[in-house]
Amino acid sequence: MAGGGAHSMFIDFLRRLARNRLAVAGGAVVLFFFILSAVPQVFSGHDPNRIDVLKVLQPPSAGHPLGTDELGRDVLARMAYGARISLKVGFVAVGIATCIGLLVGLFSGFYGGLADAVLMRFVDIMLCFPTFFLILAVIAFLEPSIYIIMIVIGVTGWMGVSRLVRAETLSLKERDFVAAARAQGAGDARIIFRHILPNTLAPVLVAATLGVAGAILTESALSFLGIGVQPPTPSWGNILTAGKDNIEFAWWLSVYPGLAILLTVLGYNLLGEGIRDAVDPRLRGR
Amino acid sequence: MTGGSGILLSLENIYKLFPVKASFFSREMLRVHAVDGVSLDVPAGKTVGLVGESGCGKTTLGRVALRLISPDSGTIRFDGRDITSLAGEEMRRTRRMMQIIFQDPYSSLNPRMRVRDIVGEGWLVHGMANRREIREMALRLLLRVGLSEDAADKYPHEFSGGQRQRIGIARAIALSPKLVVADEPVSALDVSVQAQILNLLMDIQQEYGMAYLFVSHDLRVIRHVSDVVAVMYLGKMMEVSPAAELFCSPLHPYTRSLLSAVPMIGGTPREKIVLRGEIPSPIAPPPGCRFHTRCFMAKEVCEEVCPAFRESAPGRFTACHFV
Repeated sequence: MAGGGAHSMFIDFLRRLARNRLAVAGGAVVLFFFILSAVPQVFSGHDPNRIDVLKVLQPPSAGHPLGTDELGRDVLARMAYGARISLKVGFVAVGIATCIGLLVGLFSGFYGGLADAVLMRFVDIMLCFPTFFLILAVIAFLEPSIYIIMIVIGVTGWMGVSRLVRAETLSLKERDFVAAARAQGAGDARIIFRHILPNTLAPVLVAATLGVAGAILTESALSFLGIGVQPPTPSWGNILTAGKDNIEFAWWLSVYPGLAILLTVLGYNLLGEGIRDAVDPRLRGR
Repeated sequence: MTGGSGILLSLENIYKLFPVKASFFSREMLRVHAVDGVSLDVPAGKTVGLVGESGCGKTTLGRVALRLISPDSGTIRFDGRDITSLAGEEMRRTRRMMQIIFQDPYSSLNPRMRVRDIVGEGWLVHGMANRREIREMALRLLLRVGLSEDAADKYPHEFSGGQRQRIGIARAIALSPKLVVADEPVSALDVSVQAQILNLLMDIQQEYGMAYLFVSHDLRVIRHVSDVVAVMYLGKMMEVSPAAELFCSPLHPYTRSLLSAVPMIGGTPREKIVLRGEIPSPIAPPPGCRFHTRCFMAKEVCEEVCPAFRESAPGRFTACHFV
């Protein structure tokens, strides 16, 4: 049977993951927000940017299940479309961080020596900066846009992955199958990308899942401070900002986006930890 | 040693030291004398058994022979050509002629590759076949080493240790090499599986006509497969003799003590030579003859003068002052 091996390995992985109830709950939350961002129309028939001055700051009702904001826009609709932004930022930022981290880690671990020393000191330096203020500083110079946010979060978040991949590479390159590939006549590029990289992916997947939670949180915080996603584009963070001005008489403007952020971050963290335990018990507590 | 025309691999005066830190806080570097001035010839189509205790440098020497580790000094000649400092494309092409089988059947196969890709990697790397041909060639090869056809699409974790070793053998012979370094190929296996794998290795040698540099610490295995036996101790070559002669009349005191330790069923009980003490540290090997600290024949001269490696009987080479 073709592909029997990968198939059974994946089934095993799913089975172990399914046994972890917290991970399943986390996965369900993540899945729910995925669906929300994929088909927001299903959840709210309202246009997220349609201003209705007659319905300003209305509490949750049948017509507007999560109420309306200070411009009369439907909060559910804005949150559904905002989910799209938040998840997009989370995934792209982590994608960028993971790619940089993988390349730096593989290169550093495989070649060692001076290149390794220089790269790892650079990682130390990057880790010394309080990331959030670094992002604030960069965005102060650039025009804030969703793409800049993605890139900046990605470029400041790769250090953990690079250390993880470097450590894995250091042990993998001493394994006999790498010596065998070398004896077969494989070059460095083939050894790195065909033999070492696939064997580092399990911990990287875990780190990436946890990273998505962090990136979403960072984006929300930036948008909350007004330097992230710019209105009128909805994002959970900037809905919260509007909420804080009206918190005394419109609690729904703050509570629902806050809850969405909380649940998403919690969901990704639980899922990430579940994947970690299911992929490889050795990684627990790392 | 004499370098006749039938010599496939010739190692001349190979040195390899590994630097290690003296301690975590110290900057002082110590050197492990893994291989310390060793010469060895492997004739084409024959099996040279390389035997010694763990840590004596036999694995290092095997890897040096394939240039998987570069020697600090010395010359590696393969098929009459100096390959000690070959690089790039030339080295890659030479690698087709020399392969390796590993001790650990778990670490030697990439867990994320299908068996057909593991076995066919050499063909792919050297552009010898396209993917469809590789699949067919891999199937034939897997059948040859005693695996079933459906093995090709599986991953290594679905196989037992012995089966994995067969996959490793298939990979090693895929490129029809002239030399295979077998680095303790059966040490990790059950005794019953050991015999199967040894017979497979010997059948394949007959079929393909390659030479083996067969590294092992197990004298019974060495005796079973070897034409010539080389005995190493603490990075030095102690004795190189044709297998039949070495096993019936060992010359070097170390070889004699090794052979006396092999358990035998039947036959006349031999006198056991029990060595005193432990094997010295390869970081600070003893001066003079490496073996003098444990040798039952040691005299004063052994502590000071390192015995030359010389022909002490026709076709037999030893490094001892008294042989």
